Amino acid sequence: MDMHFRPEDLAFRAEVRQFIQANLPGDLADKVRRGLHLDKEDFVFWQKKLNGQGWFAPHWPVELGGVDWTPTQHYMFQNEQVEGYCPPVIPFGVRMVAPVIFTYGSDEQKQRFLPDILDSTAWWCQGYSEPGAGSDLASLQTKAVRNGDHYIVNGAKTWTTLAQYADWIFCLVRTTNEGKPQEGISFLLIDMKSPGIEVTPIITIDGSHEVNSVFFTDVRVPVENLIGQENLGWTYAKFLLLFERSNSLSGGLKQQLRRLRGIAEQELTGGEPLCADPAFAAQLAGYEVQLRTYEFLELRTLGNSRPGAEASYLKIIGTDLQQMASELTLQAVAYYGNPYIRDALVHGYNEASVGPDYAAPAAPQYFNYRKTAIYAGSNEIQRNILSKAVLGM
Amino acid sequence: MDFSLSEEQQLLKDSVQRFVREQYPLESRRKLVATDIGYSEDNWAKMAELGWLALPLPEEYGGIGGGPVDTMVLMEEFGRGLVVEPYMSSIIIGGGFLMAGGSDKHKTELLPKLGAGELKLAFGYAERQSRFDLNDVECKAEKNGDGYVLNGHKGVVFHAQTADKIIVSARTSGGSRDADGITLFLIDNNCSGLTRRDYPTVDGLRASELQMDGVTVGAEAVLGKVGGGAALMEEVVGQAIAAICAEAVGCMDVLQETTNEYLKTRVQFGVPLSKFQVLQHRMVDMFMECEQARSMCYMVTLKIGDEDPVERAKSVSAAKVQIGNSGRYVGQQSVQLHGGMGMTDELHVGHFFKRLTMIDTMFGNKDHHLKCYADL
Repeated sequence: MDMHFRPEDLAFRAEVRQFIQANLPGDLADKVRRGLHLDKEDFVFWQKKLNGQGWFAPHWPVELGGVDWTPTQHYMFQNEQVEGYCPPVIPFGVRMVAPVIFTYGSDEQKQRFLPDILDSTAWWCQGYSEPGAGSDLASLQTKAVRNGDHYIVNGAKTWTTLAQYADWIFCLVRTTNEGKPQEGISFLLIDMKSPGIEVTPIITIDGSHEVNSVFFTDVRVPVENLIGQENLGWTYAKFLLLFERSNSLSGGLKQQLRRLRGIAEQELTGGEPLCADPAFAAQLAGYEVQLRTYEFLELRTLGNSRPGAEASYLKIIGTDLQQMASELTLQAVAYYGNPYIRDALVHGYNEASVGPDYAAPAAPQYFNYRKTAIYAGSNEIQRNILSKAVLGM
Repeated sequence: MDFSLSEEQQLLKDSVQRFVREQYPLESRRKLVATDIGYSEDNWAKMAELGWLALPLPEEYGGIGGGPVDTMVLMEEFGRGLVVEPYMSSIIIGGGFLMAGGSDKHKTELLPKLGAGELKLAFGYAERQSRFDLNDVECKAEKNGDGYVLNGHKGVVFHAQTADKIIVSARTSGGSRDADGITLFLIDNNCSGLTRRDYPTVDGLRASELQMDGVTVGAEAVLGKVGGGAALMEEVVGQAIAAICAEAVGCMDVLQETTNEYLKTRVQFGVPLSKFQVLQHRMVDMFMECEQARSMCYMVTLKIGDEDPVERAKSVSAAKVQIGNSGRYVGQQSVQLHGGMGMTDELHVGHFFKRLTMIDTMFGNKDHHLKCYADL
């Protein structure tokens, strides 16, 4: 056992740091640091920078544009991006649909879709959940009926993150009602400009527009947009979910903690900084211990061969910690969690802030982060998976 | 970054596993616990023979020169067996003090005997008023010619009954809670002025109350620097915490595995209990606590030698907090999920629960270490 990084890993980390310093504009880093709203242009700008360096799709096969990094280097790369306040990579194209395409797609599909994902020309979104199919995803009802060279798609998808920007959506659709529900599902790639698609915003409790409803009315999808075989979509969907759940969270959690610590040092109670208040200090210390535990849990799983089960418990514990940090942050700002001025959450707000400027995102983030235990398979679903896969119950 | 065991460590693990399997069925342990000394001298001799007593001791004094990872491997398996021999008191702590604070004479004379199983040690530090503060010391050591006279009380001294020598903390200067002015002394168990009240503990170990009334020692009884005992205790107790975390991980894994097994075989309402989702989720939470405890056990084992004293202290306290929380959850839920059977003395579950509960009190419980962490 040894917890030191090898010299070549440290050199790699220095290289990543240097790249970020040289390429990330200060005002963009500042937006990320303060937790302000990011536009499509912000994400795309940074993704293109990464791609210019050959680092946008490191986990892809090398011949398709990936990098031959060790698990430690992948981990370091993700952490450095967070430490450096880089905009997060939007995962739907590069991390989610791309592995499905290069694993199960045809050569034509690879040539057609992967280059646009790599240079961020195409923005993807994920069509999984439906109004009647949440945790019970296999009960989905959006129908695709074969008609000559096309499928005719009818139905509705929901909770579709950033669909308002999307050029493409990857969809689970029902192609037959025979057999078990899982056996009638297919995986379709659909052009968002197709006639019959309507996107309507869903405003969440934090007041933001992140997710949408996507309605399909007689949408014509060429059969060459089917991934793999008809009715085998569930296999591809499960494969993709592993990627959805296997993001490293410890870097982001440490960043949340830094922000929280900074706030607790500036807020006063009884004339003393909040971080010296015994009750708050105990909560903060308890949180830090749990975060340290999580970090080592992640490090232990680096390069392990059981990503499925590990992804599930890392998701449960990591999202618990995200929620806890956002809750402590809201507690820390006390009364100034109340004011809600939407424009103050956008970079370049010119009026004086109401209260300290770190207080403005506290309540919206707390409310927004309730989603983390629900999305990507709720934490209850993760426990179902673990009890079967690990404990054999 | 590498969390795998070396070939030697794997061999050590196999060998301790075999020992636990052969010597430590619950019935054998029950018999040992009921004896006067509470463990087996034969087992102790066997541990010496297998090289385990010498494992963390330096090679120049007849030791094996093992590191924290070796200790972790051994202690985890001891935890799986609920081993009652005084390894923690004698080797980890006693040996730790001799290595960190002993004079050349101490080391040359005592370490080889310790590793050979011919010498046992114990450590008395707690006092009635001290709670978990190692530096709250009212025992007095007054200068007496070249040596000292010791007066005062030490509580819950594990395995003092069978120790040849006992290390005690006493104040040579300063106020009763000052870090400065604490000195460690190595006293003989049969010395005049020392009275001992021996008793069993709730988790099957042995401990004693010590009363020192005019215990006279020479200058050679001092371990480390006069007045510098606090730093020495912090170092050695830190190592002991790392080791006890490994023991706790072993205990937790046994509980998690056997509870899971039990839920699959116990039938109620016509189905195995493992088919109830509420119990599946409870089991997953227990499993996650075990995994988190193991992560922190690795963390503290690998950081116990860290050069930065703050990072070292933080690692120790963080690990103790996590082990305390995880041990409590896994212990309580194992009893709960076993239902009435979990309440019986007959089943091993309760014995592991009791050990985990007492491990939390060792060297400061989770609340104490959370406060330490917050203060760092």
